[in-house]
Amino acid sequence: MSEVRELYQELIIEHSKKPRNFGKLDGADHEATGFNPLCGDKVTVYVKLDGNVVREIRWEGSGCAISSASASLMTERSKSKSLTETDALFQIFHKLVTGGELEEAETAQLGKLAVFSGVKEFPVRVKCATLAWHTLRAALEGTKTVTTD
Amino acid sequence: MTPIGTPTTARPTRTTEPAPGGFNAERIREDFPVLKLKVNGKPLVYLDNAATAQKPRVVLDALRKFYETECANVHRGLHWMSEEATRDYEESREKVRQFLGAADVKEVIFVRGTTEAINLVAHSFGRPRVRAGDEILITAMEHHSNIVPWQILCEQSGAQLRVAPINDDGELLLDEFEKLLSPRTRLVAVSHVSNALGTVNPVAQIIEMAHRRKVPVLVDGAQAAPHLPVNVRELDCDFYAFSGHKLFGPTGIGVLYGKAQWLEEMPPYQAGGDMIRSVTFEKTTYNSLPYKFEAGTPHIAGVIGLGAAVDYLSRVGLARAAAYERELLEYATERLRRIPDARIIGTAREKAGVLSFVLEGIHPHDVGTILDQEGIAVRAGHHCAMPVMDRFQVPATARASFAFYNTPQEVDALIAGIEKVKEIFS
Repeated sequence: MSEVRELYQELIIEHSKKPRNFGKLDGADHEATGFNPLCGDKVTVYVKLDGNVVREIRWEGSGCAISSASASLMTERSKSKSLTETDALFQIFHKLVTGGELEEAETAQLGKLAVFSGVKEFPVRVKCATLAWHTLRAALEGTKTVTTD
Repeated sequence: MTPIGTPTTARPTRTTEPAPGGFNAERIREDFPVLKLKVNGKPLVYLDNAATAQKPRVVLDALRKFYETECANVHRGLHWMSEEATRDYEESREKVRQFLGAADVKEVIFVRGTTEAINLVAHSFGRPRVRAGDEILITAMEHHSNIVPWQILCEQSGAQLRVAPINDDGELLLDEFEKLLSPRTRLVAVSHVSNALGTVNPVAQIIEMAHRRKVPVLVDGAQAAPHLPVNVRELDCDFYAFSGHKLFGPTGIGVLYGKAQWLEEMPPYQAGGDMIRSVTFEKTTYNSLPYKFEAGTPHIAGVIGLGAAVDYLSRVGLARAAAYERELLEYATERLRRIPDARIIGTAREKAGVLSFVLEGIHPHDVGTILDQEGIAVRAGHHCAMPVMDRFQVPATARASFAFYNTPQEVDALIAGIEKVKEIFS
């Protein structure tokens, strides 16, 4: 498989075209908007917590296939997860897209997110893949806006 | 993956069609060492000329010659090398004067680039003249560098920035422009060619309209100077700015042309060495033009390299090159039009060098990444013209921009690359 096919795997294309959990979440108790000033990508993440657990999560915004698919898959993956689990997942995901060494247990945790493994060959696209995650973290930390700078 | 930069002699495989207008782009390509590169295992197809143009060997040789044989400061030394450097530096100024058709070398100021040229005018021409209630008139297709300096000037002076609108093809609405010219207008600043849309503005008409009301005009020529013959005296513009690196010269060097009458009146932009005649703690007398605006040690190598680029262009013949580029752009436009879901942003009747487009449902950055894997360099983004993106309601575009060393075969490669993008996203 060519590198570009590795990057644009079917699941990524599919999620970018039909993003899951897309749209505003009414009654969200946490929300933040992330920008990538380099390319104009914009992602808003809405979260409703139940104690320490992500009860509901939605997103809206516009951007490239990588950033949209990443936001879509992130919301799928972090629903019903505790804040600690969500944070750990971001760290593993970050390692994956920046070409870090993953332990077996970490790879197992990635699940569908493993589809972003091709990003590591495209350093300029790492920010596209991590924008939604940075925004989620900002939302949970109570920061309203975040940029990838 | 083949490392970037592997030299190859491979050429696009299709046989060369008769070059339009007898212009031999294949021979021109031999002058540009970088065009032999392979990128991602494919021959480089460089279609990002509006961002920066590649350099012919004669420019690289001029830089090397300066550093190897005459590296010295200018306008200072009595020694041989300084004399050589000064002579070459000032010869470049004369070359640029001829290139622009300016009346006098003292009207040719060397700056870092178009951005610095515009900032110089905003600072030294704008600040002393512009008052609260005055207006600066620009157009809706300007690059950020021809918007932000005027915004700052307006903030500082209490003046208003007025913006002449464009139509859906990306053409300036001249009637609207004329209506916006008021007794309060202190300056018009307009691009000659739009970097995001490729529109060639009718600058001669714009200047005439403005001059009828005694309003001076600055022309941002960054995208025009490399692609159209420019004559500042025929245009009668008050200021003309361009960048060396888009004109096949070095980065970090550019030119501000200004009419002597304005430049004489204007205070210096930066202060320091070379721009003075005499200094005491009580009073400093400024140097004469053009040196009043060239404080500090200039980019000597850059100026000499720019002189070599200007020489090169005059040998190629800018009018012939422009005719060839026009045919190439027409060919690319016609081929792109035949791709379903492709929308061209910027469809003015008069265009130069730029083909901006979006593909339905596919973000320009994804287009850029996939084309890059095919060795095709385009720009994807807002092209430092975010108001233009807003006007056409797109977050960004992909932009192929051409130079006279590009070929119809490279256009074919671009189209094949776009088909591949569509296939991946199908």
